[in-house]
Amino acid sequence: MRAGKSAPAAILPFLWLALFFAFPFILVAKLSLSETALAMPPYAPRLDWSQGLAGLKAFFTALDGETYGRLTKDSLYLAAYLSSLRIAATGTGLLLLIGYPIAYGISRCPPSVRQALVMAVILPFWTSFLIRIYAWIAILKPAGILNAALATLGLPPVDILNTETAVILGLVYAYLPFMVLPLYAMLERQDESLIEAAQDLGATPLKAFWQVTFPLSIPGAAAGALLCFIPMAGEFVIPDLLGGSDTLMLGKVIWTEFFANRDWPAASAVAIVLLATLVVPILLFERQQAKVLS
Amino acid sequence: MKRGPSAFNIASVVLGLAFLYAPIVILVIYSFNASRLVTVWGGFSTRWYTALFQDAQMLDAVWVTLRVGVLSATLATVLGTLAAVALVRGGFRGRTALAGGIYATLVMPEVILGLSLLLLFVAAGLPRGFWTVTLSHATLTLAYATVVVQARLATFDRHLEEAAQDLGCPPWKAFALVTLPGIAPAVAAAWMLAFTLSLDDLVIASFTSGPGATTLPMRLYSQVRLGVDPKINAVSTLLIGLVATGVIAAYLVQQRRRSTR
Amino acid sequence: MTDRAQHRPQIGGIRSSFAPWEDPAARPLVRFDGVSKAFGDTVAVTGVDLSIYEGEFFALLGPSGCGKTTLMRMLAGFETPDGGRLMLEGRDIQADPPHRRPVHMMFQAYALFPHLSVAQNIAFGLRRQGLPKAQIAARVEEMLALVKLEGLGKRRPDQLSGGQKQRVALARAIAPRPRILLLDEPMAALDKKLREETQFELMTLQQTLGMTFMIVTHDQDEAMVVADRIAVMREGRIAQVGRPAEVYETPVDRYVAGFIGDVNLFEGKVAATNGPILRLQSDDGVFDAEGAAAVGDHVWLAVRPEKIAVYPEAPGGPRNLLAGKILDYGYLGDWTTYLVEIAPGRTIRAARANATRVVDRPLGCGDPVWLSFAPSSAVVLTK
Repeated sequence: MRAGKSAPAAILPFLWLALFFAFPFILVAKLSLSETALAMPPYAPRLDWSQGLAGLKAFFTALDGETYGRLTKDSLYLAAYLSSLRIAATGTGLLLLIGYPIAYGISRCPPSVRQALVMAVILPFWTSFLIRIYAWIAILKPAGILNAALATLGLPPVDILNTETAVILGLVYAYLPFMVLPLYAMLERQDESLIEAAQDLGATPLKAFWQVTFPLSIPGAAAGALLCFIPMAGEFVIPDLLGGSDTLMLGKVIWTEFFANRDWPAASAVAIVLLATLVVPILLFERQQAKVLS
Repeated sequence: MKRGPSAFNIASVVLGLAFLYAPIVILVIYSFNASRLVTVWGGFSTRWYTALFQDAQMLDAVWVTLRVGVLSATLATVLGTLAAVALVRGGFRGRTALAGGIYATLVMPEVILGLSLLLLFVAAGLPRGFWTVTLSHATLTLAYATVVVQARLATFDRHLEEAAQDLGCPPWKAFALVTLPGIAPAVAAAWMLAFTLSLDDLVIASFTSGPGATTLPMRLYSQVRLGVDPKINAVSTLLIGLVATGVIAAYLVQQRRRSTR
Repeated sequence: MTDRAQHRPQIGGIRSSFAPWEDPAARPLVRFDGVSKAFGDTVAVTGVDLSIYEGEFFALLGPSGCGKTTLMRMLAGFETPDGGRLMLEGRDIQADPPHRRPVHMMFQAYALFPHLSVAQNIAFGLRRQGLPKAQIAARVEEMLALVKLEGLGKRRPDQLSGGQKQRVALARAIAPRPRILLLDEPMAALDKKLREETQFELMTLQQTLGMTFMIVTHDQDEAMVVADRIAVMREGRIAQVGRPAEVYETPVDRYVAGFIGDVNLFEGKVAATNGPILRLQSDDGVFDAEGAAAVGDHVWLAVRPEKIAVYPEAPGGPRNLLAGKILDYGYLGDWTTYLVEIAPGRTIRAARANATRVVDRPLGCGDPVWLSFAPSSAVVLTK
């Protein structure tokens, strides 16, 4: 590509993202160093421009890491942090296990069918996320459809609503298309003759899969895993609706601190911690995408 | 072993799709349930639909949501198309930063995005409401719109635009006369996706919305928390029907166009 | 425009009377003046001087990556030279964007607008010129007739065959009457037979219109057939410019000799000179050749296979005689080519016209043969 060219098309989106995406993070970081106050908005200090440089100085001296100190003292935050990562990791692992056979199955179908199947995978994604999760409440609750079905089969009922199991189930359900599609994209692009060559050279179909198809699909699996893991670690709706009060996740903590406790500095500090944890996966994801693009 | 799906392949796909669709199907069925109880089938009824259309708050939320959706999707599509053009053409300083911003938005947990946008509006002294939600949704969906348009542009024959320039079009006109018609389906898909995402978003709307701008997901969320209300099934079925019709129609139009060529 | 065409009444033959490049008073239509271009660390074109004259059919020939496409794209305005000047009709056009240049291009994969009909594609450039509607319609019809696509104006590009697409692309590029038409590998996507037909059609068209054509190709046969002059490019430089016959018969170096056609090279030192004849001492033997070089110079003799005579028995008389045995041969119908081993690991290509019917193969693998060539058939190369 030619270097050093101006790109007028880039200017507007660039400014937009700078203003609405990058800049607000500075505000979050700043707020995480502030304290709660009985005011609107409920934090202090606030920058007082009328005092000029002195105001700026007073503002900076009032910032401290006290909020972070509070986070380390309360074991709830650490527990939420660890269970967020654990749940997101478990979910990602399950998604790989479930998503791979689906993506592979679609890629083995004739092209005309393939397109319709991809469509079928995407379609639920176009329907309301909240409502799809809501549907799971009706299925999983003690007197719900799952238990009714189990009862007709003569099996004992299960009580998984408001547990971590339900949260993981919900995550796997909601993020499945995000795992299947990158995997499928990678598998579909694969040259059929590679498999034929492997079999021609004496590999059984299963060997050919493990030695050719699978290694070549790893970038797709990585993209899918990152695409799911990162937002899952900060997920709010699913743990809130399916996890009950016992399941702790950072997304829920931020929400509660902000809306219920009106503790904006704490919400910001938790957001910063989450963001710091996700920086590496996000950078990996970006590198992966950049490679796909070029 | 010839190519083609094996029994295992077919089973994986069928089970996967069943998993994806079962909750939706159940929801639709129970929206016509006369009984209030989820597990009890009380006979076919449309009473929840009637109740829904008498719920002024719900209808109000639908109206807000649609307006936010149309405006934010349009903004996001324009910005996303520009960003996609810039990214695919490449070669400018700040390309990495732009791409980085786009992909980061794509995976950023919504709570973080919502909180940071809220703080921006507070700092700017903007009253929260319809416009702050619209701007926030445009920011969220801009990334998705970019990715969709970018995928199409990447395979778009660059020589077509050069041919137009060669025949006397200044660059912007070549884009309008040749590139835009070529990527129009992708631009439309980007808009649809942005619109759906906006329609669907609870978290960012909750952070950035204010009084008088309660969106449908916000309304649904508060109802869900209060307990199961079959009216939600009815709303959901209507939404599912709307989206399914739209997507399938778009798909058929595209197939038709392809086959007439 | 048409007065030039009148100089050249013949179609398809060698146009010996048309040679503006030999006229010092003639002003070139296009002039590359020390033009260079690099992409990052890769040098695409370096120090190219080239003049193209009105009415000429000019070919840029070279392997892929030699810079020929970059050179063409600079003329179209899609690449900006890093150094040197680029003149059209005596005016520096480097600052002009592509859409302001009276230079049109036929793209390799045609780049037909898929959402427009054939007629709309052809009208595209005309509409940009702001011609009145009726005039555009008339010109489109004229162009469709010219490329023999009457009645197909309403079709979409994807309803056309490869050959038809190629002609629409051609019509679209010539419709606005450019000062020069650029053709980027115009026949690369066609099969061999269609390619040959199209080559002759292009030549006819170029002469009917009296337009200047510049073609980029990697196919030496194509360049030889269509072009008035060929510029052979190598690694961003022009290796040689000349008429097809000049480039073939008197290549300036081993690269050009080898790129255009097959060639046998004999490497050695000049042992003696006698007037126009020099004597080469090489590992393959002693050869006489016509050429200018001083005693002691390190030179190569380049001899085309068809200029090497093949004898089944030792002939008496001819100079530059080589003995060997046939390693392999290929019967091509009109010609038979022989691969002759003259020493272990050293082979020579020779070709013989099958002037008489070959009923019982007189020569086959392993047969001993004698080869010779005339001193005037060899070209002496110093690099």
